[in-house]
Amino acid sequence: MLTTQWLYALSGCVLIALGLRSALLHRSLLQRVLAINVMGSGVFMLLIAIAYRGPTLSPDPVPHALVLTGIVVAVSATALALALARRLSTERNDE
Amino acid sequence: MNTASLIVFDGLLLISIVSLAWAALATTDARRSVILFMAFGLLLAVAWARLLAPDVALAEAAIGAGLSGALLLAATNDHSRQPATAQTETTRTEPDRRVGMAIQWTVTLLCAALAVALAWALAYAFDSTAKDTLARAVSAHLDVSGVSNPVTAVLLNFRAYDTLLELAVLLTAVLGIFALGPARADYQEAGPIFDGLTHWLVPVLILMAGYLLWVGAHAPGGAFQAGATLAAAGIVLRLAGRHHFGLPAGSTLRITLAVGVGMFLLVGLALLAVGRPFLGYPTAWAGILILLIESAAMLAIAATLVSAFVGGRPNPIAINTGEKP
Repeated sequence: MLTTQWLYALSGCVLIALGLRSALLHRSLLQRVLAINVMGSGVFMLLIAIAYRGPTLSPDPVPHALVLTGIVVAVSATALALALARRLSTERNDE
Repeated sequence: MNTASLIVFDGLLLISIVSLAWAALATTDARRSVILFMAFGLLLAVAWARLLAPDVALAEAAIGAGLSGALLLAATNDHSRQPATAQTETTRTEPDRRVGMAIQWTVTLLCAALAVALAWALAYAFDSTAKDTLARAVSAHLDVSGVSNPVTAVLLNFRAYDTLLELAVLLTAVLGIFALGPARADYQEAGPIFDGLTHWLVPVLILMAGYLLWVGAHAPGGAFQAGATLAAAGIVLRLAGRHHFGLPAGSTLRITLAVGVGMFLLVGLALLAVGRPFLGYPTAWAGILILLIESAAMLAIAATLVSAFVGGRPNPIAINTGEKP
């Protein structure tokens, strides 16, 4: 196991924990969405660190494809969450 | 470059990434946290490039930092326009505050425990023997995939089902956004400087999207990066206050949104009709079929992302009145 891999994988774990904490504790919906995005980035970092196999070998393409899919799904989920939050705030203001 | 200086680089990069994430999550000012999040996304792209994942780096820079940032900034704008209603903080009593602190500490400790557990699980996973079997399978079959970029081969050939369903997720998300309400009001028309910039920027972005789509077959790039770049062109046009550009109207928009899933299904069903497995491309045709699906996917992804930025169902009345002289 490479040092580089460990450094990035551990940072991924820290990002997941940071994101989860804020997603649970924040009051603002927008910042909760942002926190879940940070958590997702942590998961991506774990996957990319697992795929890395040193500077001379080419990395594993399967986790890379998973992360690419993940980034696109994350942005569409973010957009839907933000639209839900917008609708929610208009409903609340109408009351 | 020697290993010691690379480790110093890694350390500095990761410290910056984690502190930016911390700063983005710690502040209560929404706009500030979104801007910090965009900087976080750009540094992540550097990290992916460092770990030899250029395809992911391109997608992160375009989507993770760029488009998510644009979506979140547009959402903070909605937020700041509305009167602040949640003023519950000031009315909380002393015992309430103590309970709040207890919850905060419990959640923090549990999250820290989760990070430790994850690291422990990783140490276990890295030590296990089954390694690289998928990577070896990919490189063994790369010459029959129709493309030479292994990531594109995985996305559009070996795991084409995943990508088909991913496009279906995008379509579902945009239908959800349309169902939730009308689009945001248009931006006001841009001044001469931004308008001039648009004239330069939009053609360059469209050209770059085409290049990324084409180059994805044998080098980093592909439908997602190209779609995101094309969406950036659309968003620039919307920001410049051009209602009629950047996104087709009416039924053309609906068709464009569905064309990614549609083309994928069409190719799959056509292959079934000639006696091949669903999305099991014949080797001679694989390259052209992948390019066909990717072109359709690029259009659908771009239309989806611009629709998400617009934030709701496009208003047909506004379009009709706009078209009248």
